Amino acid sequence: MAVAPQQQRADLREPAGWRRTKNRIATVLMVLSFVVVIIPLGFVLYTTIAKGASAITGSFLTSPIPSVVEPVNVGGIWPAILGTLEITALATVIAVPLGVLGAVYLNEYGGNNWLSRFIGFMADVMTGVPSIIMGLFIYSIWVLHFGYSGLAGALALGALMLPIVIRSSYEMLRLVPDSLRQGSYALGASKSRVTLTVVLPAAVGGIVSGALLAVARAAGETAPLLFVILGGLTTGNANVFHGANIALPMLIFQNASSPYPGAQARGWGAALTLIAIAFILMIAARVVTARFARYAR
Amino acid sequence: MDEPLPNVAAKTELPKLAVARSAAPRDDSGAAGNLIFDVRDVSIYYGSFKAVTGVTMPIHENEITAFIGSSGSGKSTMLRSFNRMNDLVPGSRLEGDVSYRGESLYGRDVSATAVRRRIGMVFQKPNPFPKSIYDNVAYGPRINGIRNKAKLDEIVENSLRKAALWEEVRSRLNTSGLSLSGGQAQRLCIARTIAVEPDVVLMDEPASALDPIATGAIEALMHELKQQYTIIVVTHNMQQATRVSDRTAFFYVLTDSKSDTRTGVLVEYGTTEQIFQDPRDDRTKAYVTGRVG
Repeated sequence: MAVAPQQQRADLREPAGWRRTKNRIATVLMVLSFVVVIIPLGFVLYTTIAKGASAITGSFLTSPIPSVVEPVNVGGIWPAILGTLEITALATVIAVPLGVLGAVYLNEYGGNNWLSRFIGFMADVMTGVPSIIMGLFIYSIWVLHFGYSGLAGALALGALMLPIVIRSSYEMLRLVPDSLRQGSYALGASKSRVTLTVVLPAAVGGIVSGALLAVARAAGETAPLLFVILGGLTTGNANVFHGANIALPMLIFQNASSPYPGAQARGWGAALTLIAIAFILMIAARVVTARFARYAR
Repeated sequence: MDEPLPNVAAKTELPKLAVARSAAPRDDSGAAGNLIFDVRDVSIYYGSFKAVTGVTMPIHENEITAFIGSSGSGKSTMLRSFNRMNDLVPGSRLEGDVSYRGESLYGRDVSATAVRRRIGMVFQKPNPFPKSIYDNVAYGPRINGIRNKAKLDEIVENSLRKAALWEEVRSRLNTSGLSLSGGQAQRLCIARTIAVEPDVVLMDEPASALDPIATGAIEALMHELKQQYTIIVVTHNMQQATRVSDRTAFFYVLTDSKSDTRTGVLVEYGTTEQIFQDPRDDRTKAYVTGRVG
């Protein structure tokens, strides 16, 4: 009854050979794809800052739009900033509540009935509709009857945002665990109460993120605005419901397609401004969401 | 009491079942409380699946009734029929009747939300809302329209005290309910349930996810709560049933090999002492002595 002879020491290293190689290959591939993804993003940002930063001054942000032949130190882009803010804000007001309510219907009320499956399917189809079609649609049903206005632009952008908001909110609502709903029902809450006080607050972070992606996407759209807000303004139009308006993407498009160096510099400046607006929006939304979702972890 | 037996029951089981079922309602050796629930020949379906078949049992006021039995024997389903939580499962259906203080819970004009305000529930997995500890407890009272801050403060403190959690959280009522440990979270859920001053508290394996110390705390709490509430508890832990309950109901899975269906039935129901010391049915005996049936 001797002690087991020569106890072998456990080898706890990752076994050599194919398994270790596979692990390395996977790691390298992941790092590589990250680099590939970051290069175009970084390049876009770098070019925009390099070419646009010099244009941006206080008067550039606040002055009326000059003729395209003028150099960059004359006039500015204020009407387009104002237009973008007005139109995007109005589009958000139209699309986000509708989209979130639609998602609530799909996930909380519709279940698997034909109406909810139909709406879900249509939302998916709408995501794939080219943005210029939304512009044509609003042109034919709105602009032909009521004329050009920021509102028409907001309707076009809203139609573009709606399916994105529905889809992203729906996915967030699906992630809310059923145990929370049951906990609320067990206290005698009605369905609307459960949805309003438990489900939506639990999902608010993701819903806001999704809505924001839609807002940022819409703020950068040119095509749907081309024939519904007209553009060509030199001074700002603060009335979003009446008269032609202009937005940053349109201004960038017009300036970039003109041969004058002043116009092109203005285009870069406007592009940087648009990126900055999207960036500020993202940060603001993070702060707001963090406040709403402070109990979520 | 002599209604036809469920057709899923295997032939050889029939006599035993008949004995057990007719014995159940007669048992009143506990004597104490009044009836609070009267379950009459209840069968519960999920779609075409019959989860529970022909359960008849009285539930007594201010007592703790334990439901024991193996998985799939329908005890959780039965528990959920007392506050109509099964309504939330699409395709669920109940035959027979459950009456509560003389009123049918499944009557035409009965609102499930009204039922649940009187008959609260604590779940197997603690499910605090992603809100502050305070808001978790105040949730129910707010549903009932209490807006007065001082009144809410009082309810929150009392409920947390009753749930033996107050001392641990009094200084951090504004932190997230999700920051609590498992045992604390379960006590928070109990506090949340009793904050609406229910008449009955249903507990679905309230301690199965907890360590022995937290389990002990929950059990002590149940004894405490018994003075004021009626409690029905589903448990897989037989020691727990003997420790906390006044009466025990043993549920059993009947399998019909011919039609390949299974369903839960109530085999034996009596005082906890009788069920564990002197089970009348062989299957109960096998289960409570650990020779699982």
